[in-house]
Amino acid sequence: MTKQIKCIVNGNVVEVHVDVRESLADMLRNRLYLTSVKKGCEVGECGACTVLIDGESYDSCIYLAIWAEGKEIRTVEGLVGPNGELSTVQQAFIDEAAIQCGFCTPGVIMSATEIVEKGTKPSRDELRRLLSGHICRCTGYQNIINAVEKSL
Amino acid sequence: MYDIEKIHEAASVAEAVELLNAHPAAKIIAGGSDVLIKIREGKMAGCELVSIFGIDELKGVKLEADGTIVIGPVTSFSNITKDPIIQKYIPVLGAAVDQVGGPQIRNIGTIGGNISNGVTSADSASTLFALDAKLEITGPSGIRKVAIQDYYTGPGKVDLKTVELLTAIRIEKSSYDGFSGHYIKYAMRNAMDIATLACVATVKLNSAKDSIEEMHLALGVAGPIPMRCPNTENAVRGKKIDKSLFELVGKTVLTEVNPRTSWRASKEFRLQLVEELSKRALKQAIIFAGGVLHD
Repeated sequence: MTKQIKCIVNGNVVEVHVDVRESLADMLRNRLYLTSVKKGCEVGECGACTVLIDGESYDSCIYLAIWAEGKEIRTVEGLVGPNGELSTVQQAFIDEAAIQCGFCTPGVIMSATEIVEKGTKPSRDELRRLLSGHICRCTGYQNIINAVEKSL
Repeated sequence: MYDIEKIHEAASVAEAVELLNAHPAAKIIAGGSDVLIKIREGKMAGCELVSIFGIDELKGVKLEADGTIVIGPVTSFSNITKDPIIQKYIPVLGAAVDQVGGPQIRNIGTIGGNISNGVTSADSASTLFALDAKLEITGPSGIRKVAIQDYYTGPGKVDLKTVELLTAIRIEKSSYDGFSGHYIKYAMRNAMDIATLACVATVKLNSAKDSIEEMHLALGVAGPIPMRCPNTENAVRGKKIDKSLFELVGKTVLTEVNPRTSWRASKEFRLQLVEELSKRALKQAIIFAGGVLHD
């Protein structure tokens, strides 16, 4: 069974036909071609599929696409500036070499974007906790924390 | 793609009851962080669902005129931790649910789902036991109330009949007023883990702050379902705060628990945790209550 849903994705109003059984990650990847959204564990443990929904981070693999009706969704594709500029967080990830294989990176960047946009100044320990919903199997955590700290 | 036969979305409690009535085989899905995982594992494959995720009247925290705190069961963990009523009156619950999974899980997981899953390790459950939460359950014939202790009927089983859903978690003023509490989750990892043992103590001190007027002690994973420790609670009533109090708590609590060996930990290790965490939770609760600890 399909359902037409309407939501805002990266600033654009989109109307999309989804299968009621599909996850938001499936919808973003397969129907809107936003392939920055990675499917890792698909059980809400690794954080690779993290997107912002109404400003908060969610694992899009365990969020039904039909629940996105009326919501505002942001992925890494939406961070790009008008002339293709990278966001502060993205640039910090490059500067701090916070990327190894890159699979976890889009998810971590979305959580980091949420943290940075809050405007608070979490300590390194707090950052570890705020990013604890992400697994980096290259174990590049130190540089990730460095990059997020630099973006604050 | 999830193996879901059909999903019906309810926008109100009345509609949810109607849908459950029309589709008696359907299971309830709230945030989905347990249900979707079970579907993916095949345990609930091919299921029919009624989604209560979109029911706004089941979200948020309210304070009634008589001081009763009413928590909407579809409130996410992060919204409970952030809620000003929770922060002011029952910060121990906000702290407990802040230990669930990681940030993304706390944004989607709901407190009602956490307890309705019926598992002993649920981070909100032990604290709701300590707070004597009363649950409001709505079905076709109206609303009934059940104490959280009676809601859990066995591992993974709760007293929710077909066509019924949990519609409120109520905490009366007498259960929190004057109490301070502390929750300890013991797990192998600092995040994204399930409690090996969970322990919460809430305590009310006398006016001199040197003895216990009342203590509530609740544990998770110390038995097949979350539990209160009435023997220990009775043993410490009126007792002075000194070293012997904590010895008494540690020894007494061991007489009323029944942990098992699982792949996470042995029974012996869990008994050690029951003894030690009960003491530590009480100690911290006493400090929060303004009590003085003497060596």
